[in-house]
Amino acid sequence: MIVGDYSIEALQGLISDSGLRFDVGPFTVSLQSSLDKFAADIHLMYGAYPLSTQPFADFHVRLDQPFGLRRWFRPQTNFTQDGRTPFKPLPLVQSFAMFEWGLNWCVSSQSHQYLIVHAAVVERGGMALIMPAPPGSGKSTLCAGLVSRGWRLLTDELALISLDRPGEVIALPRPVSLKNESIDVIRDFAPTQIIGPIAHDTAKGTVAHMAAPRESVQRSGETATSRLLIFPKYSPAASTQITPRQKAASFMELADQSFNFNILGELGFRTLKEVLDHCDCYDLIYSDLDDVIVQLEHLIDANGTGTADG
Amino acid sequence: MPMAQVPPMDKQAHLLLSLLAKPQQMADLDLQTWDVFIRQARNADLLGRVYELVAEYQLFDDVPLPVRPHLLSARRVARRHRAMVHFELGNLLGILASLETPVVVLKGAAYVLAGLPVAAGRVFSDIDLMVAKDHLDEAEKLLKVQAWLASADSYDDKYYRKWMHELPPLQHLKRHTLLDLHHAILPQTARLKPSSAKLFAAAVAVDDYPNAYVLCPEDMVLHSATHLFQDDEFKHGARDLVDLDTLLRHFAEDDGFWQRLVSRGEVMDLSRPLYYALRFCQRMLETPVPESVMVQAARVGRPVGPLAFCMDKLLERALVADHPMCVDHFTGLAKWLLYIRSHYLRMPFHLLIPHLLHKAFISPIKARRMERKVESRPTIEGLIAENKAK
Repeated sequence: MIVGDYSIEALQGLISDSGLRFDVGPFTVSLQSSLDKFAADIHLMYGAYPLSTQPFADFHVRLDQPFGLRRWFRPQTNFTQDGRTPFKPLPLVQSFAMFEWGLNWCVSSQSHQYLIVHAAVVERGGMALIMPAPPGSGKSTLCAGLVSRGWRLLTDELALISLDRPGEVIALPRPVSLKNESIDVIRDFAPTQIIGPIAHDTAKGTVAHMAAPRESVQRSGETATSRLLIFPKYSPAASTQITPRQKAASFMELADQSFNFNILGELGFRTLKEVLDHCDCYDLIYSDLDDVIVQLEHLIDANGTGTADG
Repeated sequence: MPMAQVPPMDKQAHLLLSLLAKPQQMADLDLQTWDVFIRQARNADLLGRVYELVAEYQLFDDVPLPVRPHLLSARRVARRHRAMVHFELGNLLGILASLETPVVVLKGAAYVLAGLPVAAGRVFSDIDLMVAKDHLDEAEKLLKVQAWLASADSYDDKYYRKWMHELPPLQHLKRHTLLDLHHAILPQTARLKPSSAKLFAAAVAVDDYPNAYVLCPEDMVLHSATHLFQDDEFKHGARDLVDLDTLLRHFAEDDGFWQRLVSRGEVMDLSRPLYYALRFCQRMLETPVPESVMVQAARVGRPVGPLAFCMDKLLERALVADHPMCVDHFTGLAKWLLYIRSHYLRMPFHLLIPHLLHKAFISPIKARRMERKVESRPTIEGLIAENKAK
């Protein structure tokens, strides 16, 4: 049974009562909320996710309005995990984005059974393309573009790298976060994709999420093997340029974008080295989504056999 | 605030401590109980401790698969903390070596340094050191040059320096580690007057560093008890009680420890917190305190009847896990009363009233002003930085 099997009203009932438990990649989330319309967002964005069958959840989270005047005056949302509030409240209209950011926090601060890197990961033919990048680089846009052309989404923000199976990436398909112009770019590029509630004026500008494709959610249990490590950069009107990149520098960049490289210590170092051993590394400059996707498909298909050298 | 369900103070509220008291019971927990247990342990900062108990009692095969990652994850965090404590202690004791005076490592960092069982699986929020008051200024200067700086606002800074038993918290500029530099274990204005000179005199030298000491076993317990039962917040109430229980069980292996502990409590003017420590360890964690010792500790440390009754009611609420499901209708009131009590114990009324007024009215305004300046919305970069700081 999946979340979308429930009507919005039934979901609302669950969420406002004992909680909705559903599986997101390897994690079970228990969601409760006293917000009026939150079930509609969940129905839209998480409809394809399986309902959990076990009485154990990894993260018990809540979204509620704070008490007091702020209930009526510029209403807000609070994210809590077991009564703890990692963030200041945000405006009520940003509730869904806050749920996403809150869940990012739960995963990144409490799941050291993986090496966690801030990167998007997509898969084709069993091989993973990893894209670590600072915000504003166009990583999420490219990720949304690729999964709209048949690549499988493993993650848009949190790459979970296996600590016991060298180079394997665990899927955590969740809504892809799109910012500002990217929202319209993806709407034009892939009109059939589901875009969730739009939150204006957040810390990151205007934010909306694109739901993970149904097939990616259904294949959450499949890992993918690291194969390409690409550092994308969107540059207006630029033609697609893919240039090889040094492995040592790529390693350092990946370590820098990791949430728990330090916590894992030597194990983190060895795990990251395995990823680099599996990967060819490139810098990528792009502006034309169609063109860059074709080129990346050639690149990963050509690299399909054997291990990386150089 | 979440709309916390308010169950009565039933079994669920005491689940965490009752399982820690009898770790063997973890072998037979159903998944639903694990679901509650893990959440309480995580909020109490005791998940790493749970892992260590599971390992010690060889119960890992009995832990259901979905639960295991949480324990492994907590173990990794605890090991990282431990490594960081060693690293920071090496750094700090190196800086302070030129004082050529004893530096006593306190609390969690001391447990690590002394290799005590209580350090296993523990996480740390800061490092506590103590030097004689005469050396405090010089120590601060040495630390400042090495990027350990006081970061309190001007009111707090003055308050600490004038009345407290420690400098305002120092923070390393780059690594953000927090350091409390003490010259005593209670504020100068406190009603109880444990002598710092006696603490230094009985302290035990540590092999690895010249001039580095930890408190003797009895003082270590007394300090832990004082910290828990005189402090203003019980945020780590359950964790601190577990610390005490583990220390007591370990030191009790030495002949005569219990007698020495009670006598030392009298010498140090700390019989009251020691009484609470023994009573609540015994009640909530089944610490094997000999009956004669309990009687003796009560004789010298138990408050008068009605007060003892009230304190029981307050403390049993403050010492359970800090989790919405462990809260009843009186928990908020109990914590507030304990907060007021801690301040009353800490300073005389003519100092206390202005201080509480400042904390109630001036500090929030200042905090709000600061908040407006700082953009504090969640960003992924913030999350990375926060995790790195751990």
